Amino acid sequence: MTYQDIFGRLTLDALPFTAFIRAPSVNEAVASTAASIVVVGALTVLFLLTRYRLWGPLWRDWLTSTDHKKIGIMYIVFSLVMMTRGVIEGVVMRTQQAFGLDGGFLQPDHFAQLFSTHGTIMIFFVAMPFVAGFINYVMPLQIGARDVAFPVMNQISLGLTVASGVMLMVSLVVGKFSTGGWSAYPPYTGAAFNPGVGPDYWIWAIVVSGLGTTLSGINFATTIYKMRAPGMTFFRMPLFTWTVVCSSILMVFALPPLSVAALLLGLDRYLDFHFFTNDLGGNMMNYANLFWLFGHPEVYLLVLPAYGMFSEVFATYSAKRLYGYTSLVIATMSIAVLSFTVWLHHFFTMGQSALINAAFGIATMLIAIPTGVKVYDWMATMYRGRIRISVPMIYGIGFLVLFVIGGLTGVILANPTIDYQVHNSLFLVAHFHNVLIPGVLFGLLAGYNYWFPKAFGFRLNERLGRRSAFLWIAGFSLTFFPLYFVGLMGMPRRSFSYTDPAFVPYMIVAVLGAFCIFSALITILVQLKVSIKERDQNRVPIGDPWDARTLEWSIPAPPPEYNFALLPQVRERDEFAMAKIEGRAYAAEGDYEDIEVPKNTPIGFVLCVLSGVWMFALVWWIWWLAALATALIILAVILWTFDIDNEHVIPAADVRKAHEAWLEQIRLTKPVDRDHEADPSNQGLAKTELEG
Amino acid sequence: MIGRKQFSSLALSGVTIAALMVAPCPLFADTFLEPAGQIASDQRSHLLWVTGITMIAVIPVFVLLPLILLRYRRGRSGATYKPRWEYSLPLEITMWGVPLFLVGVLSLALWQSTHKLDPYKPIEGAGPPVNVQVVGLDWKWLFIYPDLGIASVGELAIPVDQPVAMTLTTDTVMQSFIISSLAGQIYAMPGMTTELHVMADTVGAFEGENTQYNGNGFVGQKFMTRAMDTADFDGWVQKVKSDGVALDEAAYGVLARQSSQEEAHKGLASGAMPSDAIWFTLPDIHLFHKIVGRYHTGKPLPLAAQPGTVEFSAATQEAAQ
Ligand code: HEM
Ligand SMILES: [Cu+2]
Repeated sequence: MTYQDIFGRLTLDALPFTAFIRAPSVNEAVASTAASIVVVGALTVLFLLTRYRLWGPLWRDWLTSTDHKKIGIMYIVFSLVMMTRGVIEGVVMRTQQAFGLDGGFLQPDHFAQLFSTHGTIMIFFVAMPFVAGFINYVMPLQIGARDVAFPVMNQISLGLTVASGVMLMVSLVVGKFSTGGWSAYPPYTGAAFNPGVGPDYWIWAIVVSGLGTTLSGINFATTIYKMRAPGMTFFRMPLFTWTVVCSSILMVFALPPLSVAALLLGLDRYLDFHFFTNDLGGNMMNYANLFWLFGHPEVYLLVLPAYGMFSEVFATYSAKRLYGYTSLVIATMSIAVLSFTVWLHHFFTMGQSALINAAFGIATMLIAIPTGVKVYDWMATMYRGRIRISVPMIYGIGFLVLFVIGGLTGVILANPTIDYQVHNSLFLVAHFHNVLIPGVLFGLLAGYNYWFPKAFGFRLNERLGRRSAFLWIAGFSLTFFPLYFVGLMGMPRRSFSYTDPAFVPYMIVAVLGAFCIFSALITILVQLKVSIKERDQNRVPIGDPWDARTLEWSIPAPPPEYNFALLPQVRERDEFAMAKIEGRAYAAEGDYEDIEVPKNTPIGFVLCVLSGVWMFALVWWIWWLAALATALIILAVILWTFDIDNEHVIPAADVRKAHEAWLEQIRLTKPVDRDHEADPSNQGLAKTELEG
Repeated sequence: MIGRKQFSSLALSGVTIAALMVAPCPLFADTFLEPAGQIASDQRSHLLWVTGITMIAVIPVFVLLPLILLRYRRGRSGATYKPRWEYSLPLEITMWGVPLFLVGVLSLALWQSTHKLDPYKPIEGAGPPVNVQVVGLDWKWLFIYPDLGIASVGELAIPVDQPVAMTLTTDTVMQSFIISSLAGQIYAMPGMTTELHVMADTVGAFEGENTQYNGNGFVGQKFMTRAMDTADFDGWVQKVKSDGVALDEAAYGVLARQSSQEEAHKGLASGAMPSDAIWFTLPDIHLFHKIVGRYHTGKPLPLAAQPGTVEFSAATQEAAQ
């Protein structure tokens, strides 16, 4: 047996430390530090888990759990960890460009790895799991369901996503990540031009997490179609749930083209196929089409749920019904459908005819119509309301103001004639950050502040929440508005340096903004820490701290494992708000029944580990290990199918006891009005100010 | 409430943005915001026009949102409260109608301008078009003038007021070619050709570049477009003819391997050439077609014959020794 038989192409040279020892430089120091942080971080977590004997609880309560609420929380924790890395990378890139006149401190190759991991992480391992986490947590509660349709598949989706994210972390330490950007265009990423492991890390991370997301889409859609509470017709669903319907459809139909594109690229690289090579009839234009056939729906997949969250937030904090519910539903649906008809705007410059460009350009602008309607609907929701400007609302207002600017530049880019000029420039970079940060991320952070008390039973610190929201808004504006101008001044995206001194002032403002964003992120972590410390003063066990409208607020915080002791009977839209107005909330009577909930299972975790090993083996050409992992994956799934005793029953008596205890607590709790929302006296029982 | 700190950071960002917007204009040198040709100029007007029209939908948000927030803040007495209000037909019509109308208008303009400014559309000008074949290499652009029997790197000379018809390809990974002051970009892809028509209406030098990331030398892949009057252009052609080196297979091998323009200059240029350009005569006027055609033989192309790969660099270096 040779070395290659055992270790494939893995050698000590794959560690960044080796390069640093051979030839120390700032560039190598940055790479080595990054790798050390990953290693030290992982060791610290392992140490703390052992030290505080948390392995047992972690395994029992989390890793093997099939509870959609816990899975949702794990998605979000994962996403925050990845976000920390993504933001740091962004700051490093901005710093490089601030010093980038004729040089800077990074090597171009290192800069290229940074923008490739940054994009891949932010889209696939921050935005996607963050969104998936919220959908998991909130959607079943909103429709009055006790779980998702396929709880174990849900766990597997999480496992696959996390394993892929871990691959990106591993690539920091072992080998190098791709330099081909988050879209990984061949032929640059083909074996001929990039024979290293980088593109392979990208391919497998995308394929495996893509599978996870496709399964999630199936799961969410089925849950909504099949598991709504009695009386919850489609047009009584909360708007967030509607956006989840659309988003799930996008997951099911948009992810496969991506997986196919990545797999075809993999066939080129591993088995000498010629889908996208320069010779033998390969054609990278097919890749561009497949990728963006995914890529455009993807951005709406992310932003639609954020729209949904904002819809809930605007209605709740305006103490008013959502204006234009039907319009919003139609708008959401049209966006979902139209998003499949515009992918070509990502490559107007590939040489197709004016007719085709014009058709796709117009299709793209059509999306601006429903988007505009939504913005006006949200304003009309606030109109004649009683607006409380709390943390989620600050994000909401920041979103409205900044997002329309992103929409404006989107409309600009939809014009092929203008796109010919600003495509591939920092103007484009500014556009998509302008829609992704104020749109998607602000939505998620608003949702985080809004639903956190539901999930953990206590409110987040309001003052730090505000501070972080303002830092995000200021940081975003400082970082990305200058980039519009530098883009118009002609700076291509993905440039590690430049020669035009006119860019420098803008780049300096941008790096200040990046530090602002970094402190916004730190503030969020501090907010979390402070809130945990102060949790006893901020508990909201009754579960409705915001005088909110939808079903998830009608149950205790945190909710019991089975969510609803009594399945709600839905009579109208905003069921809980109407129940409060009509005085029929928190009713005690009802038939308690035994509730079946899925048992814990290790299958998701097992598949997470095995798929991680499988990806690593493939990346490094360790064929025996890849074969072994494949065999074990098949074996694990087969063994799991023999486990048919997979549900346990919570007896009706227990459910009744817990529920009645909670109702008793309600009787003892003093309801608070909205002036005391951020007070310790707010225990989650609203003295409702809603009027019907 | 908004704290002082937050307020000052908001104010700071506001001031910065305003300062950036009124910054003096030469900033936009070498871009379509200071156009040197009709196409770029039309693109600029289209940008301003689209921005203006879209503002009709955007400005109401900026105006109404603060008003709503101020007037309907909780605790402010006297403001109407209509918690059940969720529909109004006139409002619905406005909300859908205005964006629909604006997008209708924008679509018409989009349709027209896309056809009018189609990069594939030949331009009318004084005299017949100058044909230029553009080859993207790692990391420089090669300009072949097949009708004149010359080629250049780092410098694209064109006569003013005369249309230039370009056909583009690459002999490595995909790239994107732009001379922003004259017209927009178009991709250049191996084994395929795309087209771009430009015309300069003033004498001058305008930077052009690749905008599609293609490896370590990416940021250096720039060149100067020199628009000159006809006499100067003819003079330039003569100079290139007399001082250029022959672009034979060996020279092409040096040029095509992964290297910056300066490295290629060192390897190929003679003292008679400017420091930022390499001039060639063209022994084989079918060079461009050979470059495109080499990927279409129906046989696999060894990496050593594919410029841009490590193997090609090694092979050409070996051949040179
Ligand atoms: C009014 C709505 C919008 C319009 C008309 C629009 C239009 C466009 C166009 C034409 C491009 C391609 C530009 C180019 O590559 O040269 C683009 C890029 C992009 N847009 Fe939008 N957009 C809109 C909203 C959004 C939203 C809501 C998101 C995300 C939440 C988004 C995310 C992106 C991203 C990520 C890219 C660039 C991807 C890349 O090249 O790496 N856009 N947009
Ligand atoms: Cu798109």
